[in-house]
Amino acid sequence: MSLEKQDVLKIAHLARLSLNDNDAEQYQHSLTSVLDLVEQMQSVDTNGVEPLSHPLEAKQRLRDDVVTEENRREAFLANAPQTEAGLFLVPKVID
Amino acid sequence: MNWEVVIGLEIHAQLSTQSKLFSGAATSFGAEPNTNTTLVDLGMPGALPVFNKEALRMAVMFGQAVNAEIGMTSVFARKNYFYPDLPKGYQTSQMDHPIVGKGHLDITLDDGTVKRVGITRAHLEEDAGKSLHEDFQGMTGIDLNRSSTPLLEIVSEPDMRSAKEAVAYVKMIHSIVTYLGICDGNMAEGSMRCDINISLRPKGQEEFGTRTEIKNVNSFRFIERAIYTEIERQADILEDGGKITQETRLYDPDKDETRSMRSKEDANDYRYFPCPDLLPIELTQEYVNEIAANLPELPVQKAERFMSEYKLSEYDAGVLSATRAMADYFEEVAKVAGNAKLAANWVMGELSKYLNTEGKEITESSVTAEQLGGLLVRIEDNTINGKTAKNVLQSMWEGEGSADQIIEAKGLKQVTDTGAIESMIQGVLDANAAQVEQFRASDEDKQKKMIGFFMGQVMKASQGKANPGMVTPILNKLLKG
Repeated sequence: MSLEKQDVLKIAHLARLSLNDNDAEQYQHSLTSVLDLVEQMQSVDTNGVEPLSHPLEAKQRLRDDVVTEENRREAFLANAPQTEAGLFLVPKVID
Repeated sequence: MNWEVVIGLEIHAQLSTQSKLFSGAATSFGAEPNTNTTLVDLGMPGALPVFNKEALRMAVMFGQAVNAEIGMTSVFARKNYFYPDLPKGYQTSQMDHPIVGKGHLDITLDDGTVKRVGITRAHLEEDAGKSLHEDFQGMTGIDLNRSSTPLLEIVSEPDMRSAKEAVAYVKMIHSIVTYLGICDGNMAEGSMRCDINISLRPKGQEEFGTRTEIKNVNSFRFIERAIYTEIERQADILEDGGKITQETRLYDPDKDETRSMRSKEDANDYRYFPCPDLLPIELTQEYVNEIAANLPELPVQKAERFMSEYKLSEYDAGVLSATRAMADYFEEVAKVAGNAKLAANWVMGELSKYLNTEGKEITESSVTAEQLGGLLVRIEDNTINGKTAKNVLQSMWEGEGSADQIIEAKGLKQVTDTGAIESMIQGVLDANAAQVEQFRASDEDKQKKMIGFFMGQVMKASQGKANPGMVTPILNKLLKG
């Protein structure tokens, strides 16, 4: 299976990655080779095998429902390029 | 053309946990922006989620309440999309293995018929933050307090065929989650939000038409109006030979219309995959059984109990069990008053009038259940009659004190002294000698009609304080002379 350049650009857009033409071609090749590998694995007979949702064969640990964290807003906001009134500021998004 | 509407609903119920789904931050509503956040909620690299035990228990409770299969192994998945109020770039949700599988519940329609609505699934997921689009230096402000707040998304089958059915279903879900105590049900604060999938098809046709999804409707009234508006819009397009575009729409209550949300159209490629940061959740049958055994009484069971224990009619039982707050209020009044039927009549009648007039919920009532019960006790023991009690309730509503204080202060105690009543009636008869003459000259049928006049005069003379049950025999005796 091979990816079209359009597919690569769409994937990049969904992840908000900016690719130039060169990059796009390079990713087209490397992603296609990943898919080729997947295709090769498709030939394995997996009948009766439960799909694996996690490589560690362990189960989820649970946390008690207790508030353990304090307000560290000022420290968090200090990482952001722009803030106002306790908010993180980002380029305008219109819904 | 005769169209049939097909409606399916996705309801997001915010679970009433103390802390978030994946972090130890508080979930309190209305906190200062970004004060309820942690490294996990901010999506900082390396910060790992730890799953909240209570959210799991609440989801299983819901599953039991809607007769659903419980996912003994459930898996969190990443739903990827880019939006600034979603700092990780994905929402942790569930896809192939939700915690709650197929179930169902019954709704009662206005005409009394019961309809079963299928529940497709209910899954746990985290909420996103909030974008504030007011002008901050020409930018958008992001508040991540809501980020990672636990939600249960409850997905119905496309089983509803009218706006009324859809509202009845949402009310039943609301009732169930508040009875279970797993969601506060506060729609105005966004604790329960509803996405409506809606399509039309010619009556009799088997396949569904193309649907649209109306996002984030947050009141029972808006749900009903949004559906009516959208039915009309789709019918207009179809009647003109047009086609419905499958899309997401927003309901604008001010203009009473739905409009397209084009911006998110190409964001629908969510590229779900199992979340590598969270292991599968494994439940034991023992755990599920224990939750099932400790489930609180649910609305339908409560209504049935009200009918058998208090001998209420089906209608009364339905109204009084509609919300847990209403049911608790009623039961407290009934307990204090010692007469459930009387309590039901007063809660649904006089008290509801005051609540409706002021647009208040039962939880905001100016008269507590204990106070109302105290008033009814005084009707039961003949201290006051029903008519006087209505006046006392008004004074109670206006904060003038308890029933006993008001009865005392205003001298409303019913006269039950036979001698006093007899002399008062005699006074009334003396003052209306001509009518008494006429009464005595009339035949029995006529007399029956005239008695009301004397009764009225006696009650007026006693300022409503005479006990009608005592007045009648004495009045009859004295009239006959």
